[in-house]
Amino acid sequence: MNSVEAIGHFGPFGGRFVPEALIGALEQLDAAHQEAMTDPQFQGELAQLHLTYTGRPSIITEAKRFSEYAGGARILLKREDLNHTGSHKINNVLGQALLTKKMGKKRIIAETGAGQHGVASATAAALFGLECVVYMGEEDTRRQALNVARMKLLGAEVIPVSTGSKTLKDAINEAMRDWVTNVDTTHYLLGTVAGPHPFPTMVRDFQKIIGEEARAQVLELVGRLPDAVLACVGGGSNAIGIFHAFIPDLSVDLIGFEAGGEGIETGRHAATITGGSIGVLHGTRSYVLQDENGQTIESHSISAGLDYPGVGPEHAYLHDIGRAQYRAINDDQAMNAFALLTKTEGIIPAIESAHALAGAIEVGKERGPEAILLVNLSGRGDKDVETAANYFKIDL
Amino acid sequence: MTTPLEKMFAQAKTENRAALIAYLPAGFPSPQGCKDAIAVLAEAGVDAVEIGYPYSDPVMDGPTIQSAADISLQAGTGAKEVFSTLKFAHDAGLPAVVMTYWNPIERYGVDGFADELAKNGGSGVITPDLTIEESAPWESAAASAGVNRIYVVAPSTTDARLALVTAQCSGFVYAASLMGVTGTRTDLSSSGHDLVARIRKVTDLPVAVGLGVSTRAQAQSVAGYADGVIVGSAFIKVLLEAESESAGLEALSILAKELVAGVREGR
Ligand SMILES: Cc1ncc(COP(=O)(O)O)c(C=O)c1O
Repeated sequence: MNSVEAIGHFGPFGGRFVPEALIGALEQLDAAHQEAMTDPQFQGELAQLHLTYTGRPSIITEAKRFSEYAGGARILLKREDLNHTGSHKINNVLGQALLTKKMGKKRIIAETGAGQHGVASATAAALFGLECVVYMGEEDTRRQALNVARMKLLGAEVIPVSTGSKTLKDAINEAMRDWVTNVDTTHYLLGTVAGPHPFPTMVRDFQKIIGEEARAQVLELVGRLPDAVLACVGGGSNAIGIFHAFIPDLSVDLIGFEAGGEGIETGRHAATITGGSIGVLHGTRSYVLQDENGQTIESHSISAGLDYPGVGPEHAYLHDIGRAQYRAINDDQAMNAFALLTKTEGIIPAIESAHALAGAIEVGKERGPEAILLVNLSGRGDKDVETAANYFKIDL
Repeated sequence: MTTPLEKMFAQAKTENRAALIAYLPAGFPSPQGCKDAIAVLAEAGVDAVEIGYPYSDPVMDGPTIQSAADISLQAGTGAKEVFSTLKFAHDAGLPAVVMTYWNPIERYGVDGFADELAKNGGSGVITPDLTIEESAPWESAAASAGVNRIYVVAPSTTDARLALVTAQCSGFVYAASLMGVTGTRTDLSSSGHDLVARIRKVTDLPVAVGLGVSTRAQAQSVAGYADGVIVGSAFIKVLLEAESESAGLEALSILAKELVAGVREGR
């Protein structure tokens, strides 16, 4: 009989599928995380950073003109786009950077798709005086060139990854290889709720502040809980961040929107739960886009941050127990919502977040004017201006 | 039940020498080329082979094995080819194991994979990313199929954990002697020696050392303290760099004979 117990599970999902070489580092991280969660000094330091550096709490904006296009439902936007560095990614990065300091490591590595996690990591490295290397798929360095420049200005080394699909999945592969080699000196600052335990739990703990704030803000603003909470899902960190506080509120529907790319039926998408199957990728068991031999299938999305063939194990679990539902939004729907929010509210969203906004249009039309929908606006769209200009054929 | 792999290690022990174990991905340099290469390795006196299951996201492998896996995957290699290569090696008289990332096994079906492996003469499976915490389904599948479960340990593995992991092993213990990904190294540090010594304190299983061996001198030095010397990237490199498959096989034969000799000079 097996004498060791599985750890870090969400039902049948999660766990740890990694070489033994990484076990020591994961155990050290797990211990540091658990200690930090109950350490008033750590929590105080992080709260102070959020207050004076991130710009938390992030505000709620009611999108009144946008609502007309969403069946008249009340649309409340949780403005993570207003955080320092422009997305929710900073919440996790500051938490892990503090842990890095605690563990006495001087070098961080990170993967990035849209570049938002890379920028946040480079920012924290500058703030804490850490060495920072960011792995980024070559395809993504092209479509998110602005963020590459930001990372370099912040003092990080950006290493383009030209293997496989040249996107986020391959950047993670390369970061893992670096980590296996340099694990003594280096912390792998993973940017989403995927990967081996403790990452899915730890990153969620650093992101759940989004939902905790939003729940109180919505109660204060409208006097009741929302009918549904909506978020885009790449690896799933902004979604789990806003969902988590609402999980016990069974009257609140939790709806995640995956990237449907050119359409699920075309096979060119990144909708892992909607169109994938159960498997192990990057150290965790969850839903994966894979073929009959267990080889990962390349994902496709106009949004670099959602272009990933895996998803966090807690989402797989929430899906399987029916507590959350997951739908796909294709590229055109997302770009339509991108344009709409920009023109009706004067807010340019990240293309990732535009998937959640397209979801709000869909759900708003289903539920009508009585409904209150809380939408996580996970990031701002400055980085996407070139992609959007190309899409809408605007001369630059 | 004793597997051909276990018999081979027992035999090498009576001869007071270490075994040379070669790694090649199935389907590389081509489906037939891989089988030809295995025949060359058998002829050169290699003691056992590890058949790699090429995988799309090989996070523990360096550029050489990544390139080989890409070539193999482009040729459409999947479970079927892995098993047919395994059977070829077995029929050529070489104890053979599969080395694979976990997902292909899970996708195939854990019990089915173990059964099919046994049916094709396979001695066991090396599972570098299957932690013992997640190994329960594999433990029972491998036990009922009668095949070895080979886990990989590293210099960073603590003594306490070495005991836990090796208790789950059979056939041999795979000691990855360096922190890092696969690939040849000019300088093999002393960490292999230290790791093997620590493993011997917790198990009587044979210990084979891998990661970085490419020369006769390195093979000789590792064979001085380990029961097995594992060579992968060096073999793959000569096949990758050759101008034709036949030139590659010739170069492979020369290198394999060198390493076989090196291993025999170890003690
Ligand atoms: C603004 C924004 N939203 C969402 C995501 C997707 O990540 P996750 O699903 O972990 O929130 C990204 C990733 O880069 C992002 O930049």
